[in-house]
Amino acid sequence: MRTLSTFFWRRPYWYLALLLVPPLLWFGTVYLGSLLALLWQSFYSIDDFTAQVVREPTLATYRQLVTQPANVDVVVRTATMAIAVTLACAIIALPIATYMARYAHGRVKAFFYVGVMLPMWTSYLVKVYAWRQLLAKEGIIAWFFSKLGLAGVLDAALAMPAIGGPSLSSSYLGMFLVFVYMWLPFMILPMAAALERVPASLLQASADLGARPAQTFRNVVLPLAVPGIAAGSVFTFSLTLGDYIIPSVVGAPGYFIGMMVYVQQGTAGNIPLAAAFSVVPIVLIFVYLSIARRFGAFDAL
Amino acid sequence: MNAAIEFRTVARVFGDLRAVDDVSFAIEPGEFFAMLGPSGSGKTTCLRMIAGFDAPSSGQVLLDGEDVTHVPPFDRNVNTVFQDYALFPHMTVLENVAYGPRVRGVSLEARTQQAREMLELVQLGMHGERRPAQLSGGQRQRVALARALINHPKVLLLDEPLGALDLKLREEMQIELKSLQKKLGITFVYVTHDQGEALSMADRVAVFNRGRIEQLAAPRELYSRPATAFVARFVGSANVADATLAARLAGADARPFAIRAENVAVQAENAGAPADSVCAPGSVLAVQFHGAASRWQVRLDAGEVWSALVTEEETRRLTGLGVGARVQLCWPRAAAVPLSTGGAA
Repeated sequence: MRTLSTFFWRRPYWYLALLLVPPLLWFGTVYLGSLLALLWQSFYSIDDFTAQVVREPTLATYRQLVTQPANVDVVVRTATMAIAVTLACAIIALPIATYMARYAHGRVKAFFYVGVMLPMWTSYLVKVYAWRQLLAKEGIIAWFFSKLGLAGVLDAALAMPAIGGPSLSSSYLGMFLVFVYMWLPFMILPMAAALERVPASLLQASADLGARPAQTFRNVVLPLAVPGIAAGSVFTFSLTLGDYIIPSVVGAPGYFIGMMVYVQQGTAGNIPLAAAFSVVPIVLIFVYLSIARRFGAFDAL
Repeated sequence: MNAAIEFRTVARVFGDLRAVDDVSFAIEPGEFFAMLGPSGSGKTTCLRMIAGFDAPSSGQVLLDGEDVTHVPPFDRNVNTVFQDYALFPHMTVLENVAYGPRVRGVSLEARTQQAREMLELVQLGMHGERRPAQLSGGQRQRVALARALINHPKVLLLDEPLGALDLKLREEMQIELKSLQKKLGITFVYVTHDQGEALSMADRVAVFNRGRIEQLAAPRELYSRPATAFVARFVGSANVADATLAARLAGADARPFAIRAENVAVQAENAGAPADSVCAPGSVLAVQFHGAASRWQVRLDAGEVWSALVTEEETRRLTGLGVGARVQLCWPRAAAVPLSTGGAA
């Protein structure tokens, strides 16, 4: 035992290798390997008559993805939803995260952290189906609006083109609410972590130099929260792009990327198109990250 | 002329703790004023109340004769150099310095010009485009100073500004700060727990202990005539005799007194007492070498451990007297400083 300890102490690279080789093997083969296999599949195509996968590299599947209006619609619809959900999460999370990181102490702080994480301890499916009940035409939300005498407001919201529908549970508005609820913790936690790291003296220095609270927020708090917002938005953005359960349980019948992948690889048996669809979120995230980088989101890291 | 800063029976209470306990003082315009004390003595809370980060539980804070007790920091003509410098990590050095004018609506061109001048003043003209993280501790300190001075405050508050610097740099900065203050003629309020720093720079020093000011005086007076046992120990590292010890050493009706270590001589136990001196026997605990002098720690037979600062020349004469040796400490009667309170510290 002692000689073994000495052996590793004197050869730190062996020690590192012992630590890293198993996870790297796992990561390399299972994780990256399957991702690469997926990417590779997207360069195959399908024979329209035999429904067999043609194992020859081609861009035909991608051509199909970007030229067929129905497929483009799916991508635009999903990306729009992902952007809207990310923006809403950021706006709702900022005051909560600010309070958790800067003002709450002791028990109140613990309560908030547990409160934010608590929903993640229950089954995802249970929450989605519960939301369908809440949002239903005779559901508690509609009931609450009518009790407050605000049924007109709800009807007006549901009468809006594109996002409206016969009820919340069968409209994009309702789907948006469920998405925001589901991914909010993924925005709050990184944002709060970023704000926790801002020393109180920076805010005092800003006030000391003559900045009013709104100026301090704009010039100091927000720029220093940006790395947290960027991290959180990568979560909310990518989770919305890839999800297929929420769009199939709640909301209008239009397809989302995740549902397309599910349908294409399952019932339709078009593995190449499913693979091509699953490449779309990866590309969108890269685009998003490079835009965020361009705006200096990671400068403070 | 109004006092630059005035505290009128200011108290700050946190739960059961009176962090600042009915403190009153006035700081003259253009004065270099130090607030000295151990951590938790209330000095930093006083500074925060001048800056406006904290409000008194009772009492009034006046700046230039105007009651600012409930005025927020951004409406006070006071600026602060923070202990951790509090430089904005996402801005360049120049943007940091230009921040004050920026939030006051000064145009980009004008504030950049002002910021460059301030950086020249602190000898950092070449570093404007860097980020704070790329600077050394001493350079960050100067940026913090430039940023605080750009608004031309009437009062500059410095919260342990040299605490994070090494000894040599600290001494250089002490001289620079003092000359900068003379040049600009603004009031400096300097918080520190280092009595050397306070004594070497300040015009007057307020010694804080347990939320109160024990003594407010010029450095020389503080050192030569400490009013209380706490000041004697904290400022001069003096030996303190409380009422009981004083009675044993110097007669039944002796008052508590302090005697500085450099006024105490070490002698062999059997040597006679010099004229007009008091001697006390004891045994040597330790001899610490400090260069020009050595500090002898002696446990008096009367109880306390006292120290004597002995020059190298003297120490050579005391060969044979080491740790454990029996000696006596002697001091001239006239060098003993009477204290207003007993030994309680």
